[in-house]
Amino acid sequence: MKVLVPIKRVVDYNVKVRAKSDETGPDLANVKMAINPFCEIAVEEAIRLKEAGTAEEVIAVSIGTNACQEQLRTALALGADRAILVETELEVEPLGVAKLLKSVAEKEQPDLIILGKQAIDDDSNQTGQMVASLLSYPQGTFASEIKIDEGKISVTREVDGGLQTVSLNLPAVVTTDLRLNEPRYASLPNIMKAKKKPLDTFTPEELGVDASPRTEILKVSPPPERAAGVIVESVDELVDKLKNEAKVIS
Amino acid sequence: MSILVIAEHDNEELKGATLNTITAAKEIGTEIDLLIAGFSCETVADQACSIPGIRKVIVSDSESYKNFLAENIGLLVSKIGKDYSHILAAATSNGKNFMPRVAALLDVSQISEIISVLSEDTFERPIYAGNCIATVKSSDAIKVVTVRTTGFDDCEDQGGSASKENLDEDSNLEISSFVSEELAKSDRPELTSADIVISGGRGMQNGENFKLLEGIADKLGAAIGASRAAVDSGFVPNDMQVGQTGKIVAPNLYIAVGISGAIQHLAGMKDSKVIVAINKDEDAPIFQVADYGLVADLFEALPELEAKL
Repeated sequence: MKVLVPIKRVVDYNVKVRAKSDETGPDLANVKMAINPFCEIAVEEAIRLKEAGTAEEVIAVSIGTNACQEQLRTALALGADRAILVETELEVEPLGVAKLLKSVAEKEQPDLIILGKQAIDDDSNQTGQMVASLLSYPQGTFASEIKIDEGKISVTREVDGGLQTVSLNLPAVVTTDLRLNEPRYASLPNIMKAKKKPLDTFTPEELGVDASPRTEILKVSPPPERAAGVIVESVDELVDKLKNEAKVIS
Repeated sequence: MSILVIAEHDNEELKGATLNTITAAKEIGTEIDLLIAGFSCETVADQACSIPGIRKVIVSDSESYKNFLAENIGLLVSKIGKDYSHILAAATSNGKNFMPRVAALLDVSQISEIISVLSEDTFERPIYAGNCIATVKSSDAIKVVTVRTTGFDDCEDQGGSASKENLDEDSNLEISSFVSEELAKSDRPELTSADIVISGGRGMQNGENFKLLEGIADKLGAAIGASRAAVDSGFVPNDMQVGQTGKIVAPNLYIAVGISGAIQHLAGMKDSKVIVAINKDEDAPIFQVADYGLVADLFEALPELEAKL
């Protein structure tokens, strides 16, 4: 089977992003960029399906500026067979991303689309569900385990109350949660090999998709600051402060 | 302007997250309908009718909605919701699952996890793990919005008398089915609605040591949470995770034990009213957000704390 893995270029998860002082957006000058951690888990899962003989081909796809090639090369180094970049300077919202991915899926006819449950920049948690909806595919969101068997996929999902398992007809969309796997690191020889793997580029116009945004960001401001706290010397002092100063316990 | 709120429930009882979502709806407008989609969920519908300020409760009762499969609920909500100006649901794992499907079917963007309503089309929502707050304005005809429950108080749930309308509708895409679930059973309050939360991190060293938190939780009537590190290490199950991609909590008191305070954890708890950190590493970032910090070995501090409460 064929697996499509959409990935997103985001600010590295270790970076504490701040709002610009003029509140026009997040300050992203000179910050380290990386593949979104949940997308990395998606790439890993697809590669494991290939290693297990379940998948024949893994295609990584990303949407964004030319710089996204870097993250696509990372996916290729990890084991994806080829890559597709939908190149645009637009800030594409999840709905636009989903429409572009639908168009790519219609060309490629994957049996499975695996992607991260959420990007750690806009924290939207929408794209997988939207692609599934547009394609009329079933979805297994927040997956911690998947099993493929005879035209179906069983997905164990991390839900608020615990775990839920659903069975989906293929083709299907799976979005990854943290416990699905632990992604590997790319080896140096594989990084070299990845440079020769095919990477095709399309524009949204070529795919016939209008990906213009529907939402305007009026401003981006810092969250309310917390007042500085105190260090207490003992458990006694802590209990006293909680009872008599903060008055949160009785 | 009319607002459709999708109720969160388990076919037996209306969940508290619904009440926070209705509060958000009331800040947008006054014509609010509540949709109960489920199976044999009559008692939920009756509870819903007593919420003040609801125009009508729409009940869609079918086996297709029993397990809240996103494929079926999403289709149903898109059919009913197309006549409204706003569709709201709580940003629970259930709301996050089906709402983007609704938005895509209606060809509109979704505004995820709002924490405040500025006007009928403008909302605030956290981005970058809560390190920035974005003010966003939607130009879509129908606003599909999920609500972060910690951003809104719960509304009254008694005294209303909404009318009830049974909807004869069965949306089933027949492409997915429910297999099983393993839900955590606990006599403690729910993590997302508890007044007090005590959470353990990697410093707890193993799952057995979480017992040290249980005694304190029992005395305080607290819920127990965990950091991602503790869940990834297998100390405790995933439903206890507090953080950017786990549960968002904002109790009156949050006690972080053996948690270093990664950005991703802070994103899930830094709106708590009072934060206590107990950690033996005095440089741990958790102390930067704590109102009260205790630099101590948790294995000594926890038994002492339990004894003194």
